[in-house]
Amino acid sequence: MNGPFSCPLPLLRHETVQMAHGAGGRLSQELTRQVFMPHFGNDFLDLLDDQAKLSLPSARTAFTTDTYVVSPYVFPGGTIGSLAVNGTVNDLAVGGARPLYLSAGFVLEEGFPLAALDRIVSSMAEAARKAEVLIVCGDTKVVQKGSCDGIFINTSGIGSLRDGVSLSCRNLQPGDRILLSGTAGDHGMSIMTAREGLSFQSGISSDCAPLNHMIAALLDAVPGIHAMRDPTRGGVAAVLNELAASSAAGIDIEERAVPVRAEVRGACELLGIDPLHVANEGKLIAAVPAADADAALDVMRSFGEGRDAAIIGSVCGDHPGMVVMHTAFGSRRIVDLPAGEQLPRIC
Amino acid sequence: MKYLDEYRDPGLARLLLAEIARTASRRWTIMEICGGQTHSIMRNGIDQLLPDVIELVHGPGCPVCVTPLETIDRALAIASMQGVIFTSFGDMLRVPGSSDDLFTVRSRGGDVRMVYSPLEALALARRHPDREVVFFAVGFETTAPANAMAVRQAAREGIGNFSVLCSQVMVPPAMRAILSSSDNRVQGFLAAGHVCAVTGYAEYEPICREFLVPVVPTGFEPVDLLAGILKTVELLEEGRAEVVNRYGRVVSREGNPLAQETLARVFEVADRQWRGIGMIARSGLQLRPEFSRFDASLRFDVGHIRTGESPLCQSGLVLQGHLKPDACPVFGKECTPQHPLGATMVSSEGACSAYYRYHRNPDLT
Repeated sequence: MNGPFSCPLPLLRHETVQMAHGAGGRLSQELTRQVFMPHFGNDFLDLLDDQAKLSLPSARTAFTTDTYVVSPYVFPGGTIGSLAVNGTVNDLAVGGARPLYLSAGFVLEEGFPLAALDRIVSSMAEAARKAEVLIVCGDTKVVQKGSCDGIFINTSGIGSLRDGVSLSCRNLQPGDRILLSGTAGDHGMSIMTAREGLSFQSGISSDCAPLNHMIAALLDAVPGIHAMRDPTRGGVAAVLNELAASSAAGIDIEERAVPVRAEVRGACELLGIDPLHVANEGKLIAAVPAADADAALDVMRSFGEGRDAAIIGSVCGDHPGMVVMHTAFGSRRIVDLPAGEQLPRIC
Repeated sequence: MKYLDEYRDPGLARLLLAEIARTASRRWTIMEICGGQTHSIMRNGIDQLLPDVIELVHGPGCPVCVTPLETIDRALAIASMQGVIFTSFGDMLRVPGSSDDLFTVRSRGGDVRMVYSPLEALALARRHPDREVVFFAVGFETTAPANAMAVRQAAREGIGNFSVLCSQVMVPPAMRAILSSSDNRVQGFLAAGHVCAVTGYAEYEPICREFLVPVVPTGFEPVDLLAGILKTVELLEEGRAEVVNRYGRVVSREGNPLAQETLARVFEVADRQWRGIGMIARSGLQLRPEFSRFDASLRFDVGHIRTGESPLCQSGLVLQGHLKPDACPVFGKECTPQHPLGATMVSSEGACSAYYRYHRNPDLT
């Protein structure tokens, strides 16, 4: 209690999630009113209808969905909640859409601490505020203990597509410059080192962040960008390989140009992992016509999340479908897709 | 980054390359023993930068590669058993046995967990006294001391539900096997730096004398590797069959006596099957009789499992330096990291896997 004028409503009667929290009855209502509404509340959600009724500002709409199962659910630099917002916001933004509305579906394990849920929901709301999107509908299910690992979240998102941009992973042209908006591998290594059982301490923080503001500014300045992707699972290497394969073009990367934080590099060295294979949650890869590359780089660097942006390579007419790294020693090697599972659940 | 950047200095690498080119007056064939060295050579393209007269052939020092298929099948059988928590280093998880890998076993309900140390597996055994915790102990002299320590600790604490499935091998007997082969091409060795950190390098001196080859303990970074190659070429040119250490920041002549003592208390030398090569006498380690209760191959009924290799795979020739991975007719076709036919393609440290990963486009070699 905080003193004589505290809220007269009863506090949550349980410390952990009960099956009844998902059963549609009194406890479900309590969860909605005391956890979700205070954080997410907005004109759409406050109506508590079964659906949100939306009008969109553009004729063309982007729509996406993703499910988040990261373990641990709180990690340096974010939570499963901020990840669920930023991930979906970024999936919309890299397609040239302005993210507007999200849904949020929760699968909670019986016994999950309500304090942790409150923290996660609060971080989702904070992420949504930063990204300037509204969470307009949602759902909660509770499953028996052992049926899921604490908490899983699905978010779907709708955004309005801007006119005059044509972004596609099939658009790469020889001569394009490849830009990376910051250091590689921060998110994956923050999860890896936060994981139980790995007994070393690191100061690595996830890069989990919304990219929509930076992307909007980029597209304002350089509407002719050919392709944009966020290098999440599979890391920078996977996105570059997908871009090369889809465009039947070759990509050359300069090893020394790829920004990697010293502590991420150190952790990767210890664990035998290539930072290019490690997931990011707040980074952008863009293929930009050579003439616009410096302008695009300047825009990226004017944002906090893009301050370490760099031109890491270029598109070429040789070795179609293949990504080739030029080493600091003057030799070359293939940058391949990561083979199989490298890390525990990272997103 | 300290202790790393100085060994990746392109300027220093260029100086060493120029010195190697100046020193080599004829063709020399040098084997790097360790899969970690092979990986670093391919990743940094050192083979592309060396003068043509220096040929690197890739040795048998990848523990995942040389673990017999039969042992992997036994691991899969144990991991599938009720009540077992099967633990392993990450790179063993995706190594296929004759039909499955440990990931598949996990998807069918087996409790398979990746650990970073055998002591982590031992901690699991303490936490789950009602379960059998098995650690898949593969590796060379580098991993053996930690495995020995886990077994010794289990014995001290009386932890009855912990055991190891052991496939420990040793470097010197494999070097002798390669040098004794009638068609051996190897003229000098880069010895595996981290193995030498444990064993020291004195045990290579008799090999030098007997087979008249130079042996140079070498590290893993580009500058380390080039310094090791340069020293080997110098010794070859001067006709000196000696051990000269080029990994001084880690390796001494005596090695790590504490690790050696722990190893010797728990393990004894035994004949061992090498995948792709076959039986090499006195080339492996097995638990001493007083620790045999921790031997998973005795604790679980898997002795009847016998497996043969694919007839298409020529990894034995690759592991002994007779065949370059990309010269194998099934390389990159029937045999890929996704569908490996044998030893050297299964592990990320295997020579075939390193070639496939970094150099499968012939234009890049």
